[in-house]
Amino acid sequence: MTIPFNTFASLQNFGHSLRAGAYLFCPQSVEEIEQAFRLAKEWGLTVALRGAGLSYNDAALNGGGIVLDLQRMNRILAWDSESGVLTAEPGVTLEQVWQRILPDGWWLPVVSGTMKTTLGGCLAMNIHGKNNYRAGPIGEHVLEFTALLPSGAEVTCSPTKNGDLFHAMIGGLGLLGAFTSITMRMKKVHSGLLNVRAWSVPNLATHLEAIAEHAPQHDYTVGWLDPTARGRSLGRGQIHTADYLAEGEDAHAAHTCRLEYQTLPSTFFGVIPKGILYHFMKPFMNNSGVWLVNTAKYLLAHRARSYRQSHAAFHFLLDYVPNWELAYGRDGLIQYQSFLPVASAQEAWREILRLSHQRGLPAYLGVTKRHRPDKFLLTYAVDGFSLALDFKVTAANRAPLQQMLAEFDRIVLAAGGRFYFAKNSETSAETARRFLGEETIARFRALKKRCDPYGLLATDLYRRIFGD
Amino acid sequence: MIWNPSLPPRPTPLQPRPRALIIGASSGIGAALARRLAAEGYTLALVARRADRLADLRAEINAAAGEVRALIYPHDVTHTDEVPALLRRILADLGGLDVCIYVAGLLIPVEREEFDFAKDAAMTAVNYVGALAWLNPVAAIFQGAGQGTIVGIGSVAGDRGRVGAPAYNASKAALHTYLEALRNRLTRRGVHVLTVKPGFVRTDMLQHSPRTFWVISPEEAAAAICRAIHRRQQTVYVPARWGIVMWLIRHIPSFIFRRLNF
Repeated sequence: MTIPFNTFASLQNFGHSLRAGAYLFCPQSVEEIEQAFRLAKEWGLTVALRGAGLSYNDAALNGGGIVLDLQRMNRILAWDSESGVLTAEPGVTLEQVWQRILPDGWWLPVVSGTMKTTLGGCLAMNIHGKNNYRAGPIGEHVLEFTALLPSGAEVTCSPTKNGDLFHAMIGGLGLLGAFTSITMRMKKVHSGLLNVRAWSVPNLATHLEAIAEHAPQHDYTVGWLDPTARGRSLGRGQIHTADYLAEGEDAHAAHTCRLEYQTLPSTFFGVIPKGILYHFMKPFMNNSGVWLVNTAKYLLAHRARSYRQSHAAFHFLLDYVPNWELAYGRDGLIQYQSFLPVASAQEAWREILRLSHQRGLPAYLGVTKRHRPDKFLLTYAVDGFSLALDFKVTAANRAPLQQMLAEFDRIVLAAGGRFYFAKNSETSAETARRFLGEETIARFRALKKRCDPYGLLATDLYRRIFGD
Repeated sequence: MIWNPSLPPRPTPLQPRPRALIIGASSGIGAALARRLAAEGYTLALVARRADRLADLRAEINAAAGEVRALIYPHDVTHTDEVPALLRRILADLGGLDVCIYVAGLLIPVEREEFDFAKDAAMTAVNYVGALAWLNPVAAIFQGAGQGTIVGIGSVAGDRGRVGAPAYNASKAALHTYLEALRNRLTRRGVHVLTVKPGFVRTDMLQHSPRTFWVISPEEAAAAICRAIHRRQQTVYVPARWGIVMWLIRHIPSFIFRRLNF
């Protein structure tokens, strides 16, 4: 077979700040993945596995190689509404899953900020939600998966069977093999609603204290941080907690669990189609505009509120304004997320936020969460907090932003922090080596050699992190 | 391992690192373009027949950049069957492609009364057929990606058929027409196609030209070509004043032109 130059396509990251061209194949079966591995070997090319392509960085890009877009492997293979156990192909999205299971009174145990992500992608990154402290990452809810390794072997893994591979492939960045079916346990819910409480916090110390205090008590805890606030207000924001309703608490549970009830509105104020809303955000996507928006948001949130909100509306904030990431302009955005232990978080983030103000490169959005350690090999988790900061990329700010993020990395490493491979786009191999540790990297490399003896699976993230 | 860690680093959102492929990079305009694009931050794949000259150029560029910024691929453009595999390797090594420049060119002087098929075929193979072999697959890639810049180095000599160089004129004219067709196909796909028509440039090729004027250095030519790439121009004469001269020459009626001796 000759080289399919006409399959070349330009793929992007979630933030539209990075593009990479690759031969794009869309396999629909395990046999077709196997065939792609064979062809890749014949052509001397590498293969990357891609779900919905919603990582903020180069995790699903493979410039000049093959990319297998697994979104067409999107069948839910089995769903048991009695036990809450679901088996699905890797290209099934969280949207497909909740829409299937919620009418039966179940919800996903862990979700990302958008429902467009695929199960395969979520497992490869071992995503977390606003319930990380209580529920752990998504991998802790996986009962079993099957995978096709580039070596040609098909394996079944569970916490007890092939446990080393189970804990390495989940969070393994798609570098060890392709998930072919995933079996997960879902979470029973007694209502389509959550009890939500929101209140504001005036500075970083109270912000982190509130998260630390409430995360153990509530099913979900998340903080919005105003990254433009300075001085005494540095780190101010708003805390949201949410709790499932107990059985009987929602008299209309059957109604609130219906899809019609959960669907996000398609227009704003009843008339403005949401699809064009991001255009109206564009004028505010600059340092002063964002300061104005963040300040207004903080002031408006001043009064504590309690209300009930549907699962979809609470969880999938990123889907609320479609294509919001386009509002960042032609060079897109990046996210910088750091995970820090409880003891050192406040001091390190104070330094980071101050540095961003000094350099005139403030983040436009900040999100805080509480985390706890897990047992996965390439884990990003710590017993502490995470802060995710979104930065606008422009032709002029690339170099100073890169330099500033390198300084952030040094601050985070010195404070005993870690990073998440679905987010940061500039983490160097040296930084990764420092927070993962030599032993972890050696173990991962050994597994890589076993699963992928020809080195077929690679992404641009892999080259960046594990390139020596 | 298929992937070789000694390759240049891949782009990140904050370090975009555009990538260019130059075919015919070992000397003249090709080498000058390589130096200039490397200085602009491009990662380069350099293709040419003369491996030793390529190796020197790579060493020079990488030393100046302080990192791996140029990769070399010795190749004779008349070996068209090698192109698909070589291009596949280049794409994998660079991690994609943003700009492809076909510079390879051959001028064999012919006498006024000489009709030598071997010479003419050799020039056609390098100037035109080699361009087809490289630019067709590159066009397919850029079409799929919806972006990219294709640059072909033609010549003012391609604007008319003259008594002095029938096959050279024809090969460059063929290249111009081919590039025009590519442009018409690909502009709607977001791909930029640039035709460059240099006048006299101080390169190895110039030694065959008896009367020269307005001679520019390869560096000056490279600067003008890079400017045209950034401005997404369609056709440029280098230097620009050749545009006026060639407009006049193109409009000389045949009954006069066939009596001229240049």
